Amino acid sequence: MFREKNEVNSMGDAIVSLIEVEKRFGSNQVVKKMNLEIMEGEFLTLLGPSGCGKTTTLRMIAGFEDASAGVIKVQGERIEDKEPYQRDVNTVFQNYALFPHMSVFDNVAYGLTIKKVPKEEIKKRVLEMLELVQLKGYEKRKPDALSGGQKQRVAIARALINNPKVLLLDEPLGALDLKLRKQMQLELKRLQRKLGITFVYVTHDQEEALTMSDRIAVMNAGVIEQLAVPNEIYDRPKTKFVAGFIGESNIFDGTVKAVDGDLITVETSAGTVQVKGSGFQERETMHVSVRPEYVEVSKEPIPGFDLKGTVKDFIYMGTVVKTAVDMKDGMEVRYSRFEQDYSVKEQETVYLYWRPEKAVPIKQSR
Amino acid sequence: MSKKLDDNSDLKQIGKKRDVKRKTLPALAMAGPVSLWMILFVTIPMLFIIYISFMSRGVFGDVVYKFSGESYQTLMDATYFKVILKSLRVAVFTTVLCLLVGYPFAYYIARKPKETAAKLIMLIMIPFWTNSLMRLNSWLLVFQTNGPVNSFLQWTGMTDGPITFVYTDGLVVLGMITNMLPFAVLPMYSSIEKLNKSFLEASADLGANGATTFRKITLPLTFPGIFSSIILVFIPTLGIYTVSDMLGGGKVLYIGNIIKNQFGSIRNWPLGAALSVLLIVITMLLIFLYTRFASIEDMEVV
Repeated sequence: MFREKNEVNSMGDAIVSLIEVEKRFGSNQVVKKMNLEIMEGEFLTLLGPSGCGKTTTLRMIAGFEDASAGVIKVQGERIEDKEPYQRDVNTVFQNYALFPHMSVFDNVAYGLTIKKVPKEEIKKRVLEMLELVQLKGYEKRKPDALSGGQKQRVAIARALINNPKVLLLDEPLGALDLKLRKQMQLELKRLQRKLGITFVYVTHDQEEALTMSDRIAVMNAGVIEQLAVPNEIYDRPKTKFVAGFIGESNIFDGTVKAVDGDLITVETSAGTVQVKGSGFQERETMHVSVRPEYVEVSKEPIPGFDLKGTVKDFIYMGTVVKTAVDMKDGMEVRYSRFEQDYSVKEQETVYLYWRPEKAVPIKQSR
Repeated sequence: MSKKLDDNSDLKQIGKKRDVKRKTLPALAMAGPVSLWMILFVTIPMLFIIYISFMSRGVFGDVVYKFSGESYQTLMDATYFKVILKSLRVAVFTTVLCLLVGYPFAYYIARKPKETAAKLIMLIMIPFWTNSLMRLNSWLLVFQTNGPVNSFLQWTGMTDGPITFVYTDGLVVLGMITNMLPFAVLPMYSSIEKLNKSFLEASADLGANGATTFRKITLPLTFPGIFSSIILVFIPTLGIYTVSDMLGGGKVLYIGNIIKNQFGSIRNWPLGAALSVLLIVITMLLIFLYTRFASIEDMEVV
């Protein structure tokens, strides 16, 4: 899961700014005081579980939902009061929303036809666009006669042909099967790099987000929990929610027992653990998150740690095999290896530990 | 290899035979009674009408079973031809007005939440369920010489004397429209209601304003509903005679009235039958067009 991805291609100024944006449906606050700057040319993903407000945020940028409060700017210009057809953004819809009574050509040409672009130019640009999304020769087909992946490409072409400043994508790959989805992820990413258009991408699939994004905004309950580059989101989750939502984590709730430089000893109901970090005080309640791949196992007690448990079972996951260990408080801690860990047996008592710098200290959220 | 294939096809044949047996019996049981009904009460009478239309009229209004194209020639008579044209005109007019009134209403209902929509649909269904004689009579009362409409017009000073509404084409058309409106609204409602909102959003997203979106997306995608409405309004309007009988007071004659009179008081069955055949042909033509359109527009308006 380790990848370096710190460079964000030619990030300039913010192209989309959300300032204190809120959305309420009746008494239900879907988006809460959101502040977000989307940089020119970046691939930004809004990631979160369903109902977290990510799609609503996207729809507010597109203009399909009115913001209840706050300011939305595109290239410095306020757009909250503009109709969707007046905004320089285009959307790729979750269900594609291809016009069923029009051919692929007419679907892609739609935006240009509305703008009254000359016929020959429309033809030239539509064919170019179809070539770009590898759908040359499909002009005359009706959407019904296309596969899911092809529909997706038409939807992308139909949006991109208008040269939008920002392309909004609402779970565009959700309906595709896994293999096609992976292929389309890479294609989309390449397309975005090639065209240099800002992509705002909504998904609930964390792997998709990690694969494609320059930056990820992890959302939960209408709030951005963390906005960072993918490897920071994965390696340094800032909140308990992010740690739990991205990848698999063992998360311990506890109280700081001792602070020695950057080494923090934390008392949890499962036992004592250690983590490296700063800004924590004694007796403070906090969380410790550790990835299954960093958890070590020993037959003897380890100094600094007191995590005694019983091996419960082995979980075969394809590339890795996880070992589930029951703690004394009933918590299940998992550690993963590339092969089954034959050094331990089911029902055997083991002591778990990790290198303190490999675990992540997380502040108690208010 | 080929041997194997043959074996397979044999097996398939047997399977098919069994399938046919298994599927035919229930299909017959289900479609049989309906088919029998349709043959007895639709096909046979229709064939009989066509047969009669080619016979001639006896001196005493009886049917003389001797072939003659006389009735069809009579149809081309100026008098009858005029009535036919007028009926077509009134039917077209009624249909167009029903669409113009019905579409916005259907659109309005379809965009309301389900419960409100159900209530609004009830509003059109209640008059539809009331006895049509009562409904038509109340129109007469409202529009008669000393009825509320005339009283109101004179009170406001817009007219000096009463206007004759009763027994005019205008009132008949009004009656037709109120009679037919539910048939216009319901198919269009179901078509608009099925229209996925994301098509409209996509259109707006691509730069089309409300009017353009309506013209390029909403209208074509709800066309099957519009066409159903046209058929459901146009065909009955062409043949109906109660409305013109009551609101036209016998002075306003359409095809329907003439057919009724030929079979009734005038007793010229062959001519009545020929007129009926004409109506059937027009109907079939429309339904043929409908199926053509429907197959073209046979898209999922999910």
